Amino acid sequence: MSIEETTPRQTEFPPSTEFDVATDELLVNMGPQHPSTHGVLRLVLRTDGEVITEVTPHIGYLHRCAEKVGENLTPRQWIPYTDRLDYISSMNMNLGWALTVEKLLDYELPEKARHVRVIVAELNRIASHLIAACCYGLDLGSFTPYMWAFREREKIMNLFEEVCGARLTYSYITVGGVTADLPPGWLERCETFLQELDPCIAELHALLTSNAIFIRRTANIGVLSPEMAVSYGCTGPVLRGSGVDWDLRRDGEPRYTQMYDGYKFEVITETDGSYPQDEDYPPVPSAAVLGDNWHRFYVRMLEVVQSMKLVRQGMEKYRQTSDSIGKPVGIKQKLPAGEAYLETEAPKGQMGFMIVSDGKPVPWRVRVRSSSFCNLSVLPELCRGVLIADIPAVVGSLDIVLGEIDR
Amino acid sequence: MAEYLAQFINADWQWIVYVGVALVSCVLLLALVATAAAAFTWAERKVSARIQDRLGPTRRGGRFGWLQSPADGLKLICKEDIIPAGADRILFRLAPYISFCASFCVFLALPFADNWVALRLNTAVFFMLAVAGLEVFGTILGGYASGAKWSLYGAMREAAQVVSYEIPLGLCVLVPVMIAGTMDLVEIGGQQAGWFFHWNLFHDPFTFVTFWIFITCAMAGTNRLPFDLAEAESELVAGFLTEYSGFRWSIFFMAEYASMFALCGLGAILFLGGWNGPVPIGQWLVLLAPESGLLHDATVQFANLLGMCNFIFKCVAGVIFMMWVRWTLPRMRIDQVMTTCLKYCVPLASAMFLGAMLWTFAASVVVNARTEPPPSPPSTTAVAPRCYALQKTAREAEHGEEGNDGAGTRTSDEKGGRRQ
Repeated sequence: MSIEETTPRQTEFPPSTEFDVATDELLVNMGPQHPSTHGVLRLVLRTDGEVITEVTPHIGYLHRCAEKVGENLTPRQWIPYTDRLDYISSMNMNLGWALTVEKLLDYELPEKARHVRVIVAELNRIASHLIAACCYGLDLGSFTPYMWAFREREKIMNLFEEVCGARLTYSYITVGGVTADLPPGWLERCETFLQELDPCIAELHALLTSNAIFIRRTANIGVLSPEMAVSYGCTGPVLRGSGVDWDLRRDGEPRYTQMYDGYKFEVITETDGSYPQDEDYPPVPSAAVLGDNWHRFYVRMLEVVQSMKLVRQGMEKYRQTSDSIGKPVGIKQKLPAGEAYLETEAPKGQMGFMIVSDGKPVPWRVRVRSSSFCNLSVLPELCRGVLIADIPAVVGSLDIVLGEIDR
Repeated sequence: MAEYLAQFINADWQWIVYVGVALVSCVLLLALVATAAAAFTWAERKVSARIQDRLGPTRRGGRFGWLQSPADGLKLICKEDIIPAGADRILFRLAPYISFCASFCVFLALPFADNWVALRLNTAVFFMLAVAGLEVFGTILGGYASGAKWSLYGAMREAAQVVSYEIPLGLCVLVPVMIAGTMDLVEIGGQQAGWFFHWNLFHDPFTFVTFWIFITCAMAGTNRLPFDLAEAESELVAGFLTEYSGFRWSIFFMAEYASMFALCGLGAILFLGGWNGPVPIGQWLVLLAPESGLLHDATVQFANLLGMCNFIFKCVAGVIFMMWVRWTLPRMRIDQVMTTCLKYCVPLASAMFLGAMLWTFAASVVVNARTEPPPSPPSTTAVAPRCYALQKTAREAEHGEEGNDGAGTRTSDEKGGRRQ
């Protein structure tokens, strides 16, 4: 499908939604303050009764000039700003930025640091997907899985607090390694957490994945074809939920994929009508169409299990290495002139970081390619002809976070 | 009660007694309804907390936080009175009270024990359903008068949903009414006296299924999840309640809990035997008591008191069941709600009504066949069947056409009613 066919309304840019409303249509504002827009997102809906004819997202309510600030701080000083991009999976943001700067510096990472990074990044992926899946239930009116998932997420945050002192914005993965080693006993506590997480996942499946009402609310709604997903730049579970077999941890740049050298995991996407290793979980319902909300949700639930496997492998490899956790580069380290761009597989999609340097410690330009920005751009396409009640369902299935959209 | 007191007073002033007794009844009912609403908010918080793996209120009033509800009520009364600038001021103020009055008036005809009812009506079921249907006016007015599009959406959804679900609700209610042959709730409850297998729930499998359809329609009629899209938090902020704060909000919520309580009460009487327990303790007490006299009367009323506690227990169990379902299931979309009503609940309820009617007819034929003495002219009055339709035929056969015109027009003089 070409881009002309997918965007039939070729009005002048920007589209004048507010000024040409027909008399039988209602222009409703799902304002920046709304319980289910996952942040300060403003959606202007043009509706005919309950049926949506057009959705226009307005962003920028959380813009904090992070990229501009990056032109005044050295890379290690800018790490806390990466925390606040996708604040739900800060470790992955730190990781993306650190890898990009290490690429510019052509830095060789010690083995132990690599394994610690895998452990915390995948733990944060579990936390992020738990929020995504269960806030999705919350958007649909199911309060209980949200509480149970947050109970598990509390344990992850306690683990991270032991590691780096913060519960949400960690600034732990730094350029050159990690800031501190794992405390003694942490691996045992992490293993305990993983064992407690398994029955919780089963409960979440029972309450959400196989719930008839949940299926009716999510199946065959917001269907995203693989071609449209690729053309709009959607990545992560949004892309894999449409059946495209693409994961940067396996298919990305060598500097990123060598972080997962020796790790075994499956890329969760539907191939030949079935998902990898889904025999223990509820089957795909007959009403669900590939690329709909339900499939994106299911991909996230299965990715949690894969991340658990990765964390266990990481802990095993960490025990066997006796390397160092890396030494952070100097705070005013001179950066070589040049530019580096690296994309990593963050929980919400592919996050790209770019650094352009002209030889000074402070970069000349910092740029973030946000996964949620591109995922959100497909929202007007998905929401043609749905009911108002489906808007939170589609937005929730895209799993956006405004911190990284607005930066 | 009113007649008992009135006999002491001069005929000209007897109306004072009647008004006084009516006022006392109203005050008692209002106290019960308001206390029940407050207790249910506490129960909702505790039940939801336990389901969500946490504790709920634990600080106000000791370990169980039972004073949380009065504390919240006090806070809500003291809140600033905000009316949006675009709101219709009179209707905005009026709407919560319409809902609450409608919810409260339903209790007038709801008996809590044998003959313990504020207003004994022989069309009590009809009265309750009709008055409960007025509650939706408050919601629609509230949503419209708020002057906000989101509230309007909530109100329109509510209008469609509640009014549509009154149809299957009425059909479900028809089944025990048909079995009992009367709409008088005191009689319907009295017919289920004894052990639990006398309950209408176990009368036939169709009534059993009807009970569950009734519960579903009751949840839809009171805007409980999975049907709470009128106040859907995640989509409409709070739907028609968005612009309401403080005392007016609390009136709406009292109306919601009151109507939950009332519908559970209706279901308890129609299907679960009302004040008659699984075990006929009340009857045993009365058997133990002397035949007549003050002790007899006192024992009867004490048995009634136990029955009332039993009834309230059933109502509370029903409300907690509704809360349990609320915190487990996601919310349905408006078109799915309407599909469930029109394509599932209405045909199912109609089928159950038909099934129950055929079952009762077949049962009465079987009973007649067993007890009828050998050769005698065929008569449908050999054993008076429980089905009202056959009773009516029997009466007409005995007394000829006397201008009987249906169940709803018996005069208030016929207090005895027609029991089996």
